[in-house]
Amino acid sequence: MTEFLALVRRDLQLAVRQGGDAALVLVFYLLAVLLFPFGVGPEPNILARISTGVLWVTALLAALLSLERLFVAEYEDGSLDQLALLPTPLPLVVLAKIVAHWLLTGLPLTLIAPFFALILGMDAAGYPVLILALVLGTPTLSLIGGLGAALTLGARRAGALLALLVLPLYIPVLIFGVAAVDAAMAGLTVAPHLAILGALLLAAIPLCPWATAAALRQALG
Amino acid sequence: MSVFAGTGLACLRGERIVFAGLGFSLAGGRVLLLRGANGSGKSTLLRCMAGLLAPIAGDLTWDGAPAARDPESHHRRLRYLGHLDAVKTSFTVAENLALCQELYGRRDPAAIDDALGRLGIDTIAGLPARLLSAGQRRRAALARLLVVPAPLWLLDEPTNALDDDGVERFAAIVETHCAAGGMAVIAAHGNPGVDGEPLSLADFAALPVEAAA
Repeated sequence: MTEFLALVRRDLQLAVRQGGDAALVLVFYLLAVLLFPFGVGPEPNILARISTGVLWVTALLAALLSLERLFVAEYEDGSLDQLALLPTPLPLVVLAKIVAHWLLTGLPLTLIAPFFALILGMDAAGYPVLILALVLGTPTLSLIGGLGAALTLGARRAGALLALLVLPLYIPVLIFGVAAVDAAMAGLTVAPHLAILGALLLAAIPLCPWATAAALRQALG
Repeated sequence: MSVFAGTGLACLRGERIVFAGLGFSLAGGRVLLLRGANGSGKSTLLRCMAGLLAPIAGDLTWDGAPAARDPESHHRRLRYLGHLDAVKTSFTVAENLALCQELYGRRDPAAIDDALGRLGIDTIAGLPARLLSAGQRRRAALARLLVVPAPLWLLDEPTNALDDDGVERFAAIVETHCAAGGMAVIAAHGNPGVDGEPLSLADFAALPVEAAA
């Protein structure tokens, strides 16, 4: 367990030292959200109606943006060999990296989402559920994205390939994430949508690191 | 004393079998020097010994037990150093070593000071690794071998980029390691400054898959 926490701390420290990456994701999120009023027009009704979808889709793209680098830096400087040779099983090493990735991207995206919702004029009734849905949904995005990052490791045009692989897998999270918030604003029950988001996360926690580790071994072999 | 051995090993790189029928036996206190031309499979054999690459045939054993059956124990008893230094450039040298200890669940500042001194990099311990020369970074990577002790060292061209003083210091740490009952497998072109039993990869060169079939 101490080794697991040391791994998470290592990734957080690396991100802080290298700087910028996490901030970049947030700036991308802000810019992408701000594009919609320009594209759709400043009509408040329309913006408010599409706000949930806009926030989820842009959060999803922002998460994708940072995933490409998840294993590449480790692969290029030889650290991935060292990580694969730790006494800690590789799936746990992967899980630690995913946790760090979520703390650096998913968590800030979640915390800042209500402010962006305000910009788009979203109904305030949706805010708490928006946060809850993002808390349940963004870790799944990091977990699935990690698998995509491992599979595309060493490939040419890894970034484009990663998007092709991962975006279709993000659809269930998107559907239930948006549905939860829309249900809250319509005064309907949100529990089933959140329960499905939770179930997706619970399924992804054991499956994705295990598959990711297998993909990494393939890349290292 | 422990024995690390391999029998009938064959490894595949892409479509090519790089070596086949390779066997070796290494006892504590001994050094195995891998010799061979470029592409003869020295790095492949080291990665195979580390467990990063599964052989298509043959067995690796530690004290008679298959190493692949318990990868965690195998990882615990080996240190691998490849062509790349795996030194994080945004951390200082000392931080890199401390980090390495933490990932193995250890905390031993005295061992870090000792390792820095023995590799002659104690004066640059506080510098970010990005400012180091290739040779200094290599020394930092070698220092990792000392901060978390393990009986088996797998080293791929360890003296690359090292100056004469670096090679001497490297030879000294290998000697101390072996005197304490450790063992090392070293792939080298030139003179790594260390004596050991040579293993020539050319003796186990295999034919391409199509030709063999």
